[in-house]
Amino acid sequence: MAQSILTDIKKAAKKSLKAREDELADTQKQLEILSGDLFAGGDLPFFKDKISESGQFPLKPKKLEVLQINVGYMCNQVCAHCHVDAGPDRQEIMTRETMEQCLEVIRTTGAHTLDLTGGAPEMNPDFRWFVEEASKAGIQDFIVRSNLTIILANKKYHDLPEFFKKHNVHVVSSMPHYTRGKTDKQRGDGVFDKSIKALQMLNKVGYGMPNSDLRLDLVYNPSGAFLPTDQSAMERDFKKALKEDFDIDFHNLFAITNLPISRFLDYLIASDNYEDYMYSLVEAYNPAAVENVMCTNTISVSWDGWLYDCDFNQMLDLKVASKVKHIKDYNDDVLNNRDIIISQHCYGCTAGAGSSCQGTVA
Amino acid sequence: MANSYYDPADLRKFGNITEWSEELGNKFFDYYGKVFEEGALSAREKSLIALAVAHVVKCPYCIDAYTKDGLQRGITKEEMMEAVHAGAAIESGATLVHGVQMMNKYDKLSM
Repeated sequence: MAQSILTDIKKAAKKSLKAREDELADTQKQLEILSGDLFAGGDLPFFKDKISESGQFPLKPKKLEVLQINVGYMCNQVCAHCHVDAGPDRQEIMTRETMEQCLEVIRTTGAHTLDLTGGAPEMNPDFRWFVEEASKAGIQDFIVRSNLTIILANKKYHDLPEFFKKHNVHVVSSMPHYTRGKTDKQRGDGVFDKSIKALQMLNKVGYGMPNSDLRLDLVYNPSGAFLPTDQSAMERDFKKALKEDFDIDFHNLFAITNLPISRFLDYLIASDNYEDYMYSLVEAYNPAAVENVMCTNTISVSWDGWLYDCDFNQMLDLKVASKVKHIKDYNDDVLNNRDIIISQHCYGCTAGAGSSCQGTVA
Repeated sequence: MANSYYDPADLRKFGNITEWSEELGNKFFDYYGKVFEEGALSAREKSLIALAVAHVVKCPYCIDAYTKDGLQRGITKEEMMEAVHAGAAIESGATLVHGVQMMNKYDKLSM
């Protein structure tokens, strides 16, 4: 029974929820589920009530450190857990005009990290121009989140490792497991072999090598309805296996919890794991993780320039609760006065050692 | 009342056993937590031992708990199944080694 449901999900997952016209493509529907009976009926506490216990409501931003820009939802992969609902059928792509508006902010912001994500950010036709311009701003840490397989997807991407190197980009790549089976189940058939090849290409130009300044970090997302555990133990296992089996080096592993939204929410519901997963998240709630949760130091920008507290709120279309809502009107002081918008998906960032785009936080 | 002896949701209520005997319950959970910390054995190795024992004592709650724990630790299904076989081998060996007792008794009683 469970197996046939999973096969159905896998088949369906070749298209985005949006292309399938699935009811979960409607963010309102997702938010209704996240505030549904499990919480409204009192079995589990609302996130707002939970953080109120430790006097952390309303959640307020601290100093802006990370500017995360989503340059489009188009992707060459259709990963089963994707919170962006990205895929080849997604047409939302940041225009050069919006990129210009972002560059204005990048040049003046006090943020030490610029984080480009997608989709596959490299598929944006203006990606290289944007990276070249942004790298001139002298930001301390310039991250591009690359899915690895894009490097091999087409000849025009084969030189990406050299391009990244030229602009001293910090490459952060997804790698759900060091075994083929688990990786392909989450990310699609053949993804593991291509990812390994891409990592070897990055190593070859110096990325991820011991003592190299060319940073290469991996992101681990659990491939199923369970939480990540000890990030450093996982990093040890990944390093050992990737070195022994494929002679691959990388710097750090970030363990990121899957948040119950978008395609991962679809999977949780279809596989009858939603309730257990929410219980696991709430049971693993850690007030210390709330203190450093990433929405307190990050602003997320969507392909069309809207501002969000984080990438997850972007995917739920929860724009910042501020007079300034768009990158063209960006203003640090006004934004810093906002309250961060929360719902029950936020338990994903406060479970255990916490979770952020930079891994654990507590 | 539930109409079956095992309800998966009961696992979440395990901590409630302290309500009827706080001191002993707390002592047990302190001990339990300590046992599974990193030590001379890694937490990962102990998780696999727990999974094997869970099968031998045939505890459905423990099997659910340590399958999930193993997944969280990145333990592969091949490793999990080998651990179950290790438990099964000891359990069947424990049965079979009594065969010596049977043989002894048989010999003693036979002319």
